[in-house]
Amino acid sequence: MLSYVIRRLGALVLILFGSSFIIYNLTAISSDPLEDLRDSTEPNRDQLILNLTRDLRLDLPPPVRYFIWLRGVLGVFVGRADFGQTREDQPVISEILGALPITVRLIFVATIVAIVLGIGLGITSALRQYSRFDYSMTFFAFLLYSLPIFWVAVLLKQFLAIDFNDFLVSAQISLPAIIIASIAVGFFWTAIFSGSRKRVLLIFSGVFVANSIFLYMISATKWFLNPTLGPIIVLLLAVGIAYGITYLSVGLDNKSALRSALFSAVSGSIIYFPAQILLDSDRPRVGLLLMFVALIGMAMLGSVIFSRIDRGPIIRTNLITVVIIGLIIILDKLMQAWRPYIENDEINFRPVSTFGQSTAWLFEVPFWVRTLDIVMHMILPTIALTLISFAGYIRFSRGTLLEVLNQDYIRTARAKGLTERTVIMRHAFRNTMIPITTILVTDIASIVGGAIITERVFGWYGMGTLFNKAIVSFDLNLLMGVILFLSTLAILANLIADLLYSVLDPRIRVGAGK
Amino acid sequence: MARKSNKVSNVEEKVLDSNENAIFNKETEGLSQSQIILKRFVRHRAAMVALFFFTTLVAIVYTALDWRIGDPRNPRFTIPGWWRYGFEDILDLTSEGCPEGTLGCPTIDFVPLVDGDGVQLGQHPFGQDNIGRDYFALVMRGAQRSLLVMFIIGLIATTVGTIIGALAGFFRGWTDAVLMRLVDFIITIPVIIIGSVIGFHFGNKGAAFLALLLGLFSWTGLSRLVRGEFLSLREREFVDAARVAGATNRRIIFKHILPNAIGVIIVSVTLLMSGAILLETALSFLGFGVTSPDVSLGLLISNYQDAFTTRPWLFWYPGLFIIAIALCVNFIGDGLRDAFDPRQRRRLSKKDKENAREMKSRSEMA
Repeated sequence: MLSYVIRRLGALVLILFGSSFIIYNLTAISSDPLEDLRDSTEPNRDQLILNLTRDLRLDLPPPVRYFIWLRGVLGVFVGRADFGQTREDQPVISEILGALPITVRLIFVATIVAIVLGIGLGITSALRQYSRFDYSMTFFAFLLYSLPIFWVAVLLKQFLAIDFNDFLVSAQISLPAIIIASIAVGFFWTAIFSGSRKRVLLIFSGVFVANSIFLYMISATKWFLNPTLGPIIVLLLAVGIAYGITYLSVGLDNKSALRSALFSAVSGSIIYFPAQILLDSDRPRVGLLLMFVALIGMAMLGSVIFSRIDRGPIIRTNLITVVIIGLIIILDKLMQAWRPYIENDEINFRPVSTFGQSTAWLFEVPFWVRTLDIVMHMILPTIALTLISFAGYIRFSRGTLLEVLNQDYIRTARAKGLTERTVIMRHAFRNTMIPITTILVTDIASIVGGAIITERVFGWYGMGTLFNKAIVSFDLNLLMGVILFLSTLAILANLIADLLYSVLDPRIRVGAGK
Repeated sequence: MARKSNKVSNVEEKVLDSNENAIFNKETEGLSQSQIILKRFVRHRAAMVALFFFTTLVAIVYTALDWRIGDPRNPRFTIPGWWRYGFEDILDLTSEGCPEGTLGCPTIDFVPLVDGDGVQLGQHPFGQDNIGRDYFALVMRGAQRSLLVMFIIGLIATTVGTIIGALAGFFRGWTDAVLMRLVDFIITIPVIIIGSVIGFHFGNKGAAFLALLLGLFSWTGLSRLVRGEFLSLREREFVDAARVAGATNRRIIFKHILPNAIGVIIVSVTLLMSGAILLETALSFLGFGVTSPDVSLGLLISNYQDAFTTRPWLFWYPGLFIIAIALCVNFIGDGLRDAFDPRQRRRLSKKDKENAREMKSRSEMA
């Protein structure tokens, strides 16, 4: 394994060398950094040209310049990396280190959301093959494949951001909107749970009524102006999650699993109270850590108390449950910051932002308000990126699951009398996950491209903006820096996916042979 | 209860399963491989609808404007298009029928009977841009450019990708190692980055030249697929047979292996083409693709993205055309994939099942 990783890292360096050589020479030959100076009318024009020629070594042919640049970069291995200067005499590396976290944050969140949603919808679609839900998902995925991301981004700006902010003035949902939304939600669920006509009608009316009441409550209480969950709703959600996760992982028949998951849920809801103090303290990050430690501790305790045998799956169930509960507590905390946030002068009741990666003039606000600010800025770009990349996950996970369900070991599992849930979740789902790691890789490369465009539309100061700037101003050093970092990111993702692949699938042995 | 009925229907399915094979065998009796594929493709409803829409769209787009052959300013001769304006004509902005305060709004009317005018195109179906050019003509021109870029990228990527993949897969060894390292070099850089670098420096040399260069960098995925296909096909008996019969390498590659790999190639080319149109529009949107005075769909969106609140049609129509083109190509690709995939089976319709029962009862009677 170790030798395999080392070999792959060696190949990575070689590949980066090759691709950077291609790009460097391509750009250097085709661009003329002196162009704007040649046309300028300044009196010291010739002197400026001479200076720039000397600074950028333009007197040397591009391949030679490439190796000069490479020597600086290879300083990484002796601890003195030199990526050169930008044309404004800033070190390239500091520009990039400022922009990289912003882009990585965007890509990371969008990828996670895309994976979770895409796989969920894809698997539901496969389990309901040839149903209305399946057909509409197929169409939906093709539609998403065909959407230009910059177009979607502008639409999101208009319909999600501006319209939502306008809506927030009154925070009241009109009756037709409630009815239309409820009908849509009703159709969604009936499409999944198809069955006899009576059953479909029952599900539709149930969902319709529940959804209408829910939306009416939100509208009547002006919930969006002052959203809270509070301990009671946290408890209810926690219990629901405990049931849901237990059902999916080991089944509700496993009483000891259910009891321990419920124990974790209740203790998680009790941790809600001390967590408030921890999260409001001066060091909220430490508080966050302590909260998760406490939650995980309770999960372990629950599994030890309630289970005698077969503890592995039960511990897993509990851990998933408490992590989700922890996320809900964070969500609740962000909701508590909502009111002070929208009342802030800089925000002025228009919380969904369409521009920039954070509000610049937000001084002396609590940690959670600042976090909320970042979250609100991330919403639209994340949705845009997610929309274009999760179509691939829908199609791929659907196709893979259908293929897996035709395998002999699935028939064996059914034949030995396992429940359908066990067959799907234990035997089919896990094997479906293996090939998905491969498309994760190709997706990272395309999502980087998507991020460049998204940053442009939403005015983020990330790698995309740097890249843009570098191309337009013929800044070769900056351009090479950006490309080097982005392609390293893509190749590292590739490597990680390959390693995951071999961990997940014992049939694949990396480093074996050759 | 529910489970029980499920089991009963499962048993029915099993009985049907054996019949299913019979149905499919019956259907393909006496047909050649390409006839079977064509038949499967024609039966793919979504793909056929998409194909119809796509050909109509291409026909409309390419016949709408005048074709000027020779110097565009002073053409040697002109083939007139069916649309009354050219994309360069600057007209007066009309405010006819527009909501308060806007100029040059679209006159197209899809809804019959409601406002009394019925379905019509009107003077400026997609409206006018801010200097009065007819937006329908602009969108047509943009779609022409975008389609051109798409076809050229598709053509070049197919040729280069197939040849390189074929050579790497067939000869293996050093050829393979060198070519695949070349692929690695290109594939690691996100395509939009290569595209931007190329587009910024060569975009002003015209859409066709830009497409040519982009095509030279988008064949990598295809070549990997073709290589994989060649690696497995070259071990098959028919290749040995050809070699024993004295066929040259070139003949084996082009006459024996390539036709067997054509399914993979066609399917991945359609997907590549829908990716190509999105790439072109994205580059033009960023300002690194087709540049003015030429027009492309991405450029139109980029120019008018801020006009969305006041004059949304400037934003809607080019976007809808991009989606329509990409969606059609994707559905055609899906249909081709199903047609070429021997494992793929269509769902049996009620009629098929009736036929099967009839067949069975007939054979029982006999």
